[in-house]
Amino acid sequence: MRKRLVALEIVLTALAFSPIARCEPMPPQSGAVKGQEAAPAAPAPSDFDGWGRPVTGPPKGQKSAPAPRHDISGIWEPGENPLHVLGVLGASAMPEDGKPEHQPPYTALGREMLNRTKPSSGARSVLPAETNDPVFACEPQGMPREDLYEFRTTQIVQTPVSVLMLYQFNRVWRVVWTDGREVPQDPDPRWYGYSVGKWVDDSTFVVQTTGTDERTWVDRAGRPHSGDLRVEERFHRVDHDHLELTVTIDDPKMYTKPWVAVDKLPFYLQPPTFDIREMICSPSENAAYNKLVGDTASDKDSK
Amino acid sequence: MKGKFLTAFVLVLAISIVSVPVFAHHGTAAYDMTKTVTLKATITQWVWSNPHCVLMFDVTDDHGQTVQWTAETENPSSMIHQGWTRQSLKTGDQITISVFQAKNGKPIGRIVEVLLSNGQKLPGRGLQGPIKAEDYPKQ
Repeated sequence: MRKRLVALEIVLTALAFSPIARCEPMPPQSGAVKGQEAAPAAPAPSDFDGWGRPVTGPPKGQKSAPAPRHDISGIWEPGENPLHVLGVLGASAMPEDGKPEHQPPYTALGREMLNRTKPSSGARSVLPAETNDPVFACEPQGMPREDLYEFRTTQIVQTPVSVLMLYQFNRVWRVVWTDGREVPQDPDPRWYGYSVGKWVDDSTFVVQTTGTDERTWVDRAGRPHSGDLRVEERFHRVDHDHLELTVTIDDPKMYTKPWVAVDKLPFYLQPPTFDIREMICSPSENAAYNKLVGDTASDKDSK
Repeated sequence: MKGKFLTAFVLVLAISIVSVPVFAHHGTAAYDMTKTVTLKATITQWVWSNPHCVLMFDVTDDHGQTVQWTAETENPSSMIHQGWTRQSLKTGDQITISVFQAKNGKPIGRIVEVLLSNGQKLPGRGLQGPIKAEDYPKQ
């Protein structure tokens, strides 16, 4: 029964974010004037930005320009698959759906730590009021969960010495240093750790992150990590309009071998005028929601 | 008792788990996702807020008593994708609303769809019609 509910959750969530579930696109406007050749119709808007202005999806049937060299800057909208983008069941390449092949290679300690987490979705889900998911208490997502849950529109900015990642969820930003430094040895842990990046070819930028805080979960499914965690993010700009991200988790204390958490998550480039929508976990709003809905639905109210 | 009064004003009790999808930010474990409950209601409050927008509304049961319902949907950022805004619903609006009700039988639900008095439909999180295999996202 639990597996059926998990499968249902996957399907419902996926459909909720499918393109056909979104706002109906406007019909193409014909700008043709009699006697003049009609210009190609502009792509129909498929979404709206934070200012409520229509934006278009990736061009269809139109070949994108080549990827610029050593450049992943821009405003990137993640692909349309909600399981990948929002991490509803945890890491998209390793969803917590009860299938043995989707179990990361836990060590004994990793399994023990996993059992202490109470996620609100997936095969081990509990009622909303019973979860101990730190993010639902508005705690920082940290790394690598920033890539694995609520991974929405992201702006990437490049400077001569760094790459900045600006995330929609909670308006979090990270600095990835590109000035040649190495990750620090035995640093004080930080929610988002310490990140350095290097170009490994003209269009692939690889980021290493260490020194993360053990209090965070790897993903929404409650996968654990230790202070020895090493995260690799591999950004590959496929062409001018498309970017892919692969994330690998390496933590010998919790896992017997590295495992891929995100596999070529697609992004498409937005216009530079795209206003990123606001989405912030506010403790007071969270408390109001729990009072109105979550606690009552979980029988933790006084009704 | 709750089950009895519900029967009078439940318009549709569809064993149609595939009719309308719902996204689960805080999970769906608390809800009976196997059937929808449809109610005629009057809006008392529309909360456009994270982590989930919340709609509060009154429903009159078959004894003439007012039952205060609360139903959630998604966060504003996701709802914008669906064509909802802060102004989509107003206090006093007459609506027909479909929800997945809480398993504990309380008047709490997840919004499947809201039908406005002018005929406009606002999908809670999804689309109408049965799920097809090709709709399922590919890895």
